[in-house]
Amino acid sequence: MSLRTFELEIMRYDPDKDSEPRFETFSVPCEEDWVVLDAVNYVKDNLDRTLSYRWSCHMAVCGSCGMMINGEPSLSCKTFMRHMPDKIRIEPLANFPIERDLVVVMDDFMDKLASVKPYLVAKEKKAVEDGSYLQSPAQLKKFKQYTLCINCTLCYSACPQYALGEGFVGPAALALAHRYNLDSRDVGRSARADVVASNEGIWECSFVGACSEVCPEHVDPAGAIQQTKIASTLDYFKDLITPGRDK
Amino acid sequence: MSRKPYIRTLSSTSWWLAQPRYIRYMAREVSCVLIGAYTGVIVVGLLRLSEGANAWAGFVAAMQTPASVVFHLLALAFALYHTTTWFNVTPKAMPLQFGDTQVPGSIIIGAHYAGWIVISAALLLLAGV
Repeated sequence: MSLRTFELEIMRYDPDKDSEPRFETFSVPCEEDWVVLDAVNYVKDNLDRTLSYRWSCHMAVCGSCGMMINGEPSLSCKTFMRHMPDKIRIEPLANFPIERDLVVVMDDFMDKLASVKPYLVAKEKKAVEDGSYLQSPAQLKKFKQYTLCINCTLCYSACPQYALGEGFVGPAALALAHRYNLDSRDVGRSARADVVASNEGIWECSFVGACSEVCPEHVDPAGAIQQTKIASTLDYFKDLITPGRDK
Repeated sequence: MSRKPYIRTLSSTSWWLAQPRYIRYMAREVSCVLIGAYTGVIVVGLLRLSEGANAWAGFVAAMQTPASVVFHLLALAFALYHTTTWFNVTPKAMPLQFGDTQVPGSIIIGAHYAGWIVISAALLLLAGV
């Protein structure tokens, strides 16, 4: 298989030695079928063992190898070297603090994800022997797209509102909240509303749409947020017309 | 080994120059300024109309100056950009599903364009054009 040599300009940051990040360039001979993650693995295995980054599945399922590749939030396991120019700049995902090299601190995202209760809130808890919660294919279709989120946080890296706005809950968490709100088995919508329908929730989004453009699973978080805005507005007027209505 | 996370800063005034998609977004947002200004011109026109024939003639003359024509062309371009960009994202905000079948986005977008054409034609008819 043919080899092509690339210059990888990788952002490095060692909290013990560096006061700020710097770039280090590596020359990497790549095979035709390599993805960016293979090239980064080559650096780790052959050129500098101290390079830190996250990865696991190598097949766009685990969502852990997100990086800025030539300024674009991308999964490094899904970005083929053969589509790349000879010089590639690799940085940690934007809008997150850098822990070390390409590893970012994800605590803020994890906290926000937990805050929207991204799990099924059932009306009555069933015992295992009582069987599963039934759902028709049509009911499943309403939200299936939003179940495909792999929590890779590329959408947070692409979102200027997350970068600039203090406290924005962010695209993936709001898309997952929408996923459960649309689920016919779920009754947790009003419990999620305190976070989802707050100023830091859907109303902080101004529909830049970058989240949906970079999403590797085509979840379309921007669409989910706009749909939630409409549902939340309807809720407001319904509450105004019929106070104390059953939700 | 100690933890010392590094926080990158983002310019609050020039962040949108980093990506073409951010520039497109800002163009869409700025378009509302032009549409707002055009609305202001229409309101002034109505006020002049209520003040009599002379005031109205003055307004019409002002509308025919080169600066006014350039402003109207610019406002039209931004209004078209504003309208088409919003129409094109309507399937995201208002998806339709009947039973097991989801309505294709192209139909939802097409319905908006059709509505736009029908309303525009009705207004032109009413205006006697």
